[in-house]
Amino acid sequence: MYEFVSGPLALISFAIFFVGIITRIVWYVKGLDWRLDRVAYSEKLGAGIKGAARSLFHWLLPLNRTTANHPIFMAVTYLFHICLVLTPIFLMAHIVLIEESWNISWVTIPDKVADYMTLAVIAAGIFFLIRRLTDPNVKILTTASDYIVLAIALAPFITGYIAYHQWELGAGYKSWLIIHILCGEIMLISIPFTKLSHFVLFFCSRIQLGMDYGIKRGGMKGRGIAW
Amino acid sequence: MAQEAKNQDLPPLVTRKAVKTKKELDLLLADKGIRYYKEMEVFPVDTAALKKTLDATCKSRIRTWLEICAHCSLCADTCFFYLANDNDPKQIPSYKIQSTLGKLVKRKGDVDTQFMINCMDTAWGKCTCCNRCGMYCPHGIDMGVMFSYLRGLCFSQGFVPHEMKIGSCMHWLYNAQMDVTVEDYVETCEWMAEENEEYYPGLEIPVDKVGADIMYVVNAREPKHYPQDLAEAAILFHLAGESWTVPSKGWEGTSLAMFAGDWACCKQQVEGVYAAMERLKVKRYVGTECGHQHRATITEGPYWAGRKNGEPPAPGFHYVEWVLEALETGKLKLDPAKKIKEPVTLQDPCNYIRNHGLTDVTSKIMSYIAEDFRPMSPNREHNFCCGGGGGMNGIGRYRQQRNIGMKVKRDQILATGAKFVVSACHNCWDAIRDLEEVYKIGIKWSFLKPILLEMAIVPDHLKPKEE
Repeated sequence: MYEFVSGPLALISFAIFFVGIITRIVWYVKGLDWRLDRVAYSEKLGAGIKGAARSLFHWLLPLNRTTANHPIFMAVTYLFHICLVLTPIFLMAHIVLIEESWNISWVTIPDKVADYMTLAVIAAGIFFLIRRLTDPNVKILTTASDYIVLAIALAPFITGYIAYHQWELGAGYKSWLIIHILCGEIMLISIPFTKLSHFVLFFCSRIQLGMDYGIKRGGMKGRGIAW
Repeated sequence: MAQEAKNQDLPPLVTRKAVKTKKELDLLLADKGIRYYKEMEVFPVDTAALKKTLDATCKSRIRTWLEICAHCSLCADTCFFYLANDNDPKQIPSYKIQSTLGKLVKRKGDVDTQFMINCMDTAWGKCTCCNRCGMYCPHGIDMGVMFSYLRGLCFSQGFVPHEMKIGSCMHWLYNAQMDVTVEDYVETCEWMAEENEEYYPGLEIPVDKVGADIMYVVNAREPKHYPQDLAEAAILFHLAGESWTVPSKGWEGTSLAMFAGDWACCKQQVEGVYAAMERLKVKRYVGTECGHQHRATITEGPYWAGRKNGEPPAPGFHYVEWVLEALETGKLKLDPAKKIKEPVTLQDPCNYIRNHGLTDVTSKIMSYIAEDFRPMSPNREHNFCCGGGGGMNGIGRYRQQRNIGMKVKRDQILATGAKFVVSACHNCWDAIRDLEEVYKIGIKWSFLKPILLEMAIVPDHLKPKEE
């Protein structure tokens, strides 16, 4: 079982993930239409790139008014995303597996740090969950898929934490490890097909709006607005 | 019973097509919306056409926005309707768009009459397309853009507020938002020039002067209701020594068709203005103190007209840009002793500030005209809509919602402590006037032109000769 989930199934998951996100990006870009969107994407590419860069800069870093207006929520959000992306990529145990299979490796983060980062992801996830259950503004927007997506994102971290610390919890290390890998694979496969597609579509959307502002909505006049 | 029988003989008022004849327009005007909205209650949705339109026009940008919305509610407090309605979750921009366009797209256009009426009541009655929410969404989701798109879908199905249907018809018939013909307009120009020539010798309103530097374009309300505005513009150009002209055909810069979502009409409207730019070979376009005039003709218009570079044939400027340039270069000199002494605040209009980047222009003008300028908070691109944008001011069905929405602007004005509001936008000006009527906070309001004229120094050679 372990061999299967960590071998062929992992490969299939990665393949679906990569092909999926590339397809989403291609579909997005192909669906842009200067006339329908009313943005001169190609004719004013220079101004567009400038606007896109401005947009990414202000939103990848906490240099925007939303962060100023909602500092706690945004701090949790930034922390959640940073830890969620970096932990699996630089975790020692993952790199070892990759090195065994494909003979490539890269820098790792100390296990202790990864441990805290995992806890940060879980804590942030619980914060989002509580907010979704209690805040009337969030409740009215929430659909079942919001919970499913949150569960998909948190599951690899919760199960990974259990496996790493070799807690029994009725199953034992080996079983938890298999469950953890499966959860990770479910997450990878889900990214192109669910709201988790914002993994790439966030960048598409920000770049598009940045171009809109850079080209049409005053980017070529005045000081430019950070969108 | 007799009345109903009589109504059945009348041609329908609710149609999927734009109204383009005087006869139909008169029927709509006479109805005042009563039969119109009754007919709408039972007007069927052409779901096949709706699906076809969605397939053809709802592409990756909007579909992605609808899909990746994290349902985080960060857009809630960016919307003045949410704030003015005591933080009602049903006024959250994300909720408003997901429950209308979001469902429409999910159901691939398979929706019923009540659903479309709700779409109409949301797209026009709960959103002014001010685009403020889009500026605060971490994912860059611009709900104002989506509501504008939804308005287009609603229009194509006949679910459009009565006054907006009339508005687009006016543009089809008169190439103006009101029934002002080219002859009416040219006559008004001549009248205003004559009226003021005595005080400003040599004053003229040159119509169709080929090769002028500036082509000045107005809002139909000016010739129709405030011709003095046209005279003020003429005097200020005259004092600044500008080479300018007004076009006969193509004189109107606004577009109620944009508010209505009648895209074919938008195209026809701007093409008339662009043709004037080309015919008169002007160096640039200056549009009057109106926000949506600028948005329609300069920002969005080039795309409706199919201009791939997104630019009008001549570079487009808003009136405030011309004013600042005239003040900075000294073409127009103001008497500093006449600066407004009392505290004064400024309404930053969404359509050329947030949607065309003229963030600091009007504030800079304020330093020339006011001793105690108190900006609103928030201001510039973060300013709230006046409450009357996107056609809201003109729609009777949503009057109550609009009056509630204006509370945010009222409180912003009150917080400055100023009792004088400068507004270089017709819609904002109207909303602030109505705000005073509803809430009686003791303010006055003004466009820039009368203030500038009051302070302008008339160069000696332009003064009337003493008899």
